[in-house]
Amino acid sequence: MFRYIAHRLLVMIPTLLAVSAIVFIIIQLPPGDYLETLIAEMQSRGEAVDLGQIEALRRAYGLDKPPIEQYFSWLFGLFQGDFGWSFEHNRPVSELIGERVLLTFIVTFSTILFIWVVSFAIGTYVATRQYSLADNVATFVGYLGLATPNFLLALILMYLANQWFDLSIGGIMDDKFRNQPWSFAKFGSVLQHLWIPVIVIGTSGTAGMIRRLRANLLDELQKQYVVTARAKGLHPRKVLWKYPLRVSLNPFIADIGSILPDVISGSAIVAVVLNLDITGRMLLDALRSQDMFLAGSFLMMLSLFVVIGTLLSDLALAALDPRIRFSGGATR
Amino acid sequence: MSDDRNEEDADKPAPHFVSREPFDPDDDVALTPEQEKFYMASQWRLMWWKLRRHRVAVAAGIFLILLYLIAIFAEVVAPYELQHRDTRALFVPPQAIHLFHEGKFIGPFTYRYKSRFDLENAQWVHTPDTTKVDRIRFLCSGGYRGAEYEFWGLFKGNFHLFCPAGKRGTVFLLGTDRLGRDVFSRIVHGSRISLSIGLIGIVLSFVLGIAIGGVAGFYGGWVDNIIQRLIEVLKSFPRLPLWMALSAALPIKWPPIMIYFGITLILAFLDWPGLARAVRSKLLALREEDFAIAANLMGASTKRIIGRHLVPSFASHLIASASLAIPEMILGETALSFLGLGLRPPITSWGVLLNEAQNIQVVALYPWLMAPMIPVILTVLAFNFLGDGLRDAADPYT
Repeated sequence: MFRYIAHRLLVMIPTLLAVSAIVFIIIQLPPGDYLETLIAEMQSRGEAVDLGQIEALRRAYGLDKPPIEQYFSWLFGLFQGDFGWSFEHNRPVSELIGERVLLTFIVTFSTILFIWVVSFAIGTYVATRQYSLADNVATFVGYLGLATPNFLLALILMYLANQWFDLSIGGIMDDKFRNQPWSFAKFGSVLQHLWIPVIVIGTSGTAGMIRRLRANLLDELQKQYVVTARAKGLHPRKVLWKYPLRVSLNPFIADIGSILPDVISGSAIVAVVLNLDITGRMLLDALRSQDMFLAGSFLMMLSLFVVIGTLLSDLALAALDPRIRFSGGATR
Repeated sequence: MSDDRNEEDADKPAPHFVSREPFDPDDDVALTPEQEKFYMASQWRLMWWKLRRHRVAVAAGIFLILLYLIAIFAEVVAPYELQHRDTRALFVPPQAIHLFHEGKFIGPFTYRYKSRFDLENAQWVHTPDTTKVDRIRFLCSGGYRGAEYEFWGLFKGNFHLFCPAGKRGTVFLLGTDRLGRDVFSRIVHGSRISLSIGLIGIVLSFVLGIAIGGVAGFYGGWVDNIIQRLIEVLKSFPRLPLWMALSAALPIKWPPIMIYFGITLILAFLDWPGLARAVRSKLLALREEDFAIAANLMGASTKRIIGRHLVPSFASHLIASASLAIPEMILGETALSFLGLGLRPPITSWGVLLNEAQNIQVVALYPWLMAPMIPVILTVLAFNFLGDGLRDAADPYT
C-alpha cells in the first residue's frame, strides 16, 4: 500500500507540471496582453496615454520578458502562494480567489455527497424492483436529467421560482454577508442557499450514477450465490446487504475521477446563471479582459481539485481492492 | 421356399429399419433458411438486425434524420428569413393556432395581434384581435415581408412550407424577440449551425483519436507511455473552464466562419483523448488475436493490418461512442455561446439564441425566449437513445 501511494504521488508531480504549462500557454494565447487592452480603452475614452508609464508597468509585472521566463516565475510564485497580480481588480490574485476557491470546494463537495446519497437510495430501490413503475419513472427521469444541460436547468428553476413563489433563488449567501469575514451566521446562510446549486449541478451526475448502480446491482443479483443464499432462506434484506450491494458500490469510488471534472465544469457555468460567488463569473470576466494571472490561477485551482480528487478516489479504491494495491501500477 | 419367406417377411416389420430416402450425411447439422441467413450475414447486417429490435433507438434515429433534414432545408421550413425584423411586433408572445372561428371550421389560422405600447410599465402589450382571421397558407411562395431568402447563400427563393396570410398576417409560433425576429424561424435556422458543429467536431476528434490512439496502441513502449500521460493530463482538466479559456483566446477580429471552425476545433481538442484511449485498448487486445498474427506472418504491411483487419473489428464500437460524444459537443457549443464566448451573431445557433435568455428579468417577462432549449434537450436525448442502442448492437456476437 505504501509503495502504491508513493507511486501515485510521484506520478502526480509531472501531471501537475504539465497542467500548469498548458494553462500558461492558454492564457498566453490571446494576442496582446491586459496592458494593451488598457491602452486601447484609455485611447477610446480620449485619455492621454503615457507610454512611459505603461512601459514601467509592463516591466514591473515582467510582461516584457520572454514567455519561458514568465512561466517559471509564475510557477515558482504558485509554490510560494503568490498567484500574481490581477490587473483588472488591482489586487493580488490570492486575495481575490481565496474565498471563491473555498466556496467552490464546499459546493463541489456537497454535490458529490448529494450524488452519492441520492443515487444510493434510488439506485438500490429501483434495482430491487426491476421494470416496476418506479423503475420506469426513474429511468425516464434519469435520461431527461442526463440530457438537460445544468445551466438550462438552472434557468428553468430560476424562472419557476420567480413565477410560482415570486422568489429569487440566485446567490450563494445573503447579500449582507458578502465580503464579510467567515462566521457561523455566514456559514448558515451559505448552507441555506447551497441546495439549489447542488441539485442543479448534481442532477446529471446522479442520473448517471443511478444507471450504473442499477446495472451493477442487477448483474450481481442474478449470480448464483445470491440464488443460493435466497434458496437457503436468508432474509431478503440480508441477501441484498451482505455482498451484492457492497460489490456494486465500486463505481461510487471509482467514478469520482470522471464525475469530478463534470461537477467542476458544471459549477463554473451554473455559477454564472445563478449568480454565485464561486469561480464562474469572475473567471469569465478575467478571460474576457485577458486578466491572465487571475484566469490562470482559477484554471490551475480547478485542475488541482480534479487531480487531487482523482488521487483520493484511486487511493480509496486501492484500499478497497487488493488487486489494484498489489499490481502497483495502472488502476483502470 | 425362399419366395414364400420373402412374402411372409414383407408383412412383418423388418428387423432393421432402412429408410429409402437418399442419405444426407450433413442432415443433423443442416440449417433452416432463417438460420442460414443469420449465420451467413455480415457483421454489419447482424448489427442492423440487433439495432432494429431496439425500438427507442430506431425512433430516436428517425427523429434525428428528420432534424438534420430540417437543418438542411432550414430556409424552406422557417416561415421568416433569419434576420427579418418586424418592427411592429417586438416581444410578441407565441401565437396560438386556432381551427374554429365562431363555431365554424376554417382550418389552421391565427388571430391578428393588436399592439400598443404600455407607457406605465414601458413595455409592449399584444392582444389577439378575435375579429381578424389570418389563415395560414401551406406550400406557398412569398407575398409577405421576410419571405425572400438565399438558399445556402446560393440561389434566391421564396418558397416555404407554411407562411402567414398575406402582408399583414403573422405566424409567430414561438413569439418574437426584442428586435421583432421570429423565434421559431431563428431556431430552425440555428439548427444548421448547432447540429453541424457536433458532426464536424466528431470528425476532427475521430481523426485525432484514431491516429494518436492507433499509434499508441500499435507501437506501444515509450510512445504509448508519453501519449498515455498526455491523455491523463488533458483528462484532468475540467472541460468547460478550459473550453472557455480556449475560446476566449480566439481573436475577435476573425470572421464568423473562422470562429465557427475555431470553436469546432476547441470542442474536438478535449474530446479526442477519450476516443484515443478506447482505440488504444482495443488495438492492444486485438493485435494479440490469431488473425492479426496470421496476417503478420503472411507478410502484410503494418498499414494493411491496421486498416484492413484491426479497424473494421472495432469500428462499430467507435460509431457507438461517437453517437454519445456528439451531444456533448452540441452542449459544449451551446454553453459557450450562451456565455457569449462561443459563436457570435450574425452566426445563429441555439446557444446564441439562448444568450438572449441569460437575464432572469427578461426571462420572467418573456419566457418564450427560453424556447431554444427545447430542441437542445430533444436532440441530446435522441442522440443518447440512439447511442445506447448502437452500443448494444455494436457487439452482435454476444
